Amino acid sequence: MTVPLTGPLLSVEDLVVEHRTPGRPVVRAVAGASLHVAAGEVVGLVGESGCGKSTLARAVCGLHGAASGRILVGGHPVTPLGLRRRDPALTGVQMVFQDPYSSLNPRRRVGAQIADGLRTAGDTATEPADLLERVGLPRAFAGRYPHEFSGGQRQRVAIARALAARPSLLIGDEPISALDASAQAQVARLMRDLAVESGAGLLFISHDLSVVRLIADRIAVMYLGKVVETGPTAEVWADPKHPYTRALLAAIPSPDGAGVLPAELPGDVPDPADPPAGCRFHPRCPFVMDVCREREPDFGPAACWLHAPESSSTP
Amino acid sequence: MTAESGTAALSIEGLRLSIGGHDVLHGVDLSLEAGRVHGLAGESGSGKTMTGLAVLGLLPHGSRVSGRIAFGGRDLLGMPARELNQVRGAKIAMVFQDPATSLHPMLTVERQLTEHMGHHLGVGRKEARERAAGLLAKVRIPGPEEALKRYPHQFSGGMRQRIAIAVALACEPEVLIADEPTTALDVTVQAGILRLLRGLCDDLGLAVLLVTHDLGVMSAVADEVSVMKDGLVVETGPRGQVLREPRHPYTRSLLDALPVPPGENSP
Ligand SMILES: Nc1ncnc2c1ncn2[C@@H]1O[C@H](COP(=O)(O)OP(=O)(O)O)[C@@H](O)[C@H]1O
Ligand code: SF4
Ligand SMILES: [Mg+2]
Repeated sequence: MTVPLTGPLLSVEDLVVEHRTPGRPVVRAVAGASLHVAAGEVVGLVGESGCGKSTLARAVCGLHGAASGRILVGGHPVTPLGLRRRDPALTGVQMVFQDPYSSLNPRRRVGAQIADGLRTAGDTATEPADLLERVGLPRAFAGRYPHEFSGGQRQRVAIARALAARPSLLIGDEPISALDASAQAQVARLMRDLAVESGAGLLFISHDLSVVRLIADRIAVMYLGKVVETGPTAEVWADPKHPYTRALLAAIPSPDGAGVLPAELPGDVPDPADPPAGCRFHPRCPFVMDVCREREPDFGPAACWLHAPESSSTP
Repeated sequence: MTAESGTAALSIEGLRLSIGGHDVLHGVDLSLEAGRVHGLAGESGSGKTMTGLAVLGLLPHGSRVSGRIAFGGRDLLGMPARELNQVRGAKIAMVFQDPATSLHPMLTVERQLTEHMGHHLGVGRKEARERAAGLLAKVRIPGPEEALKRYPHQFSGGMRQRIAIAVALACEPEVLIADEPTTALDVTVQAGILRLLRGLCDDLGLAVLLVTHDLGVMSAVADEVSVMKDGLVVETGPRGQVLREPRHPYTRSLLDALPVPPGENSP
């Protein structure tokens, strides 16, 4: 890392990302989201599918342009790939995707694929086998092809390849959801340990809240393109503020043997091409008030009129 | 809850299975009762899915199976293919992790719901259509009449799973095998599907085999819990006992491996 850091490693400020498909309305998948990740910090990004988590992650990697707002990595603005070669902000960002089957090249030995990452970082001292060891795989596996690994092992290889490039920011987009239940917590812990050890920040995206609870220092809850609540994981868990966060946590069934059915959150996530006015959660919110239908709660750490800071309290 | 040990709706006895010479099941015993959810836990690869597929006679090529699967006084193993077809999908239905497995992308929801009604229930077109709308209402699809005309891709993942459940219920089955039916879904959507399954089991007297690796899901809906390991059921018992006072060390290890220690959240 050559970039001197001041402030957070990753700043996403009021980010808007739109998907445009000819003949269809514009989908504002990320609609003014803000998020910060510090070096050595693990931030869990949670929310229902379609709420814009992947789109946000892809924008941070330069795979999507921003319609407005800013993304800074190590103080440098991220520009979409292709606009500028070797964006200095992006050399330090690595992503691990959901599907370990499609993210590795099936025709190349995994050692060679890890070596690509080492080259990116200009690392001539480390061997691919060293990285396999760090992700808990035998050194000799460097000579194998992806199909010779189980799903969990493949995801470890993908993590080894990402780490080889010495990222300052590691992003996992549902990196465990395609794995066996038994491998999920292990792989999540591994990502956390390796990122924290190397001083990198980790943005861990998952719809599995119990795993996020296990590894994240802070969590960010996303709903329909906006981050609606952020906070230290333990605090959010013990005392969720936003009604959506409460609904998410209440829906997790507890393995206590009591036979209690989890609480249901009625309704589906609305179409992001046509979001509700005011608070985006109001059609599903059990606490909805008049102001919620008219004015968008545009503040943190809980974007909800029940938790408005003094300055922006209801008129 | 009083566990009346009525007669089993379906019972699996000493089920052994090998696929291509590789032993997968080593003598599985399981019993399903009407109006009860029997949860089947265990890591992937332990044989949960194969147990379900064996009941439906949907095993892969090169399978050799022995033991007994008793249903309605008969043994499903060794039942002639034509008779088994009468049972499978009608008396015994299945729901999978991915609703795409049971839904045809090119057919309307109505077509998929009514397709086998004439054959299995002997109802005419008009009645089949009414039943189909009723099924959609039962799984709480908004605007059932309208929804009948649509295709699977026009629904969200949670709605598609509800439709897959409606399709499974179309021929009034006695037994429903649900293999990881909520694993791909968001927790909020999962909660609705679990409530739905529990309600259907209670209201229709269905015998449900719920395969899931998620012990939270198990705890929420199962009456009995069986834990599988390496092709064998290592522990069976009432939900509360298996999850709170597991007898087998393997069950204990599954509970210990949970991200959130059980009981931590309970008052
Ligand atoms: N390439 C795309 N073209 C058009 N719409 C898209 C595209 N990718 C995602 N979307 C839409 O953007 C919204 C957010 O999607 P996504 O970022 O994938 O959410 P998540 O990762 O939280 O599930 C959804 O409504 C989705 O349908
Ligand atoms: S702002 Fe209003 S509608 Fe939105 S979450 Fe808060 S109480 Fe509910
Ligand atoms: Mg995604």
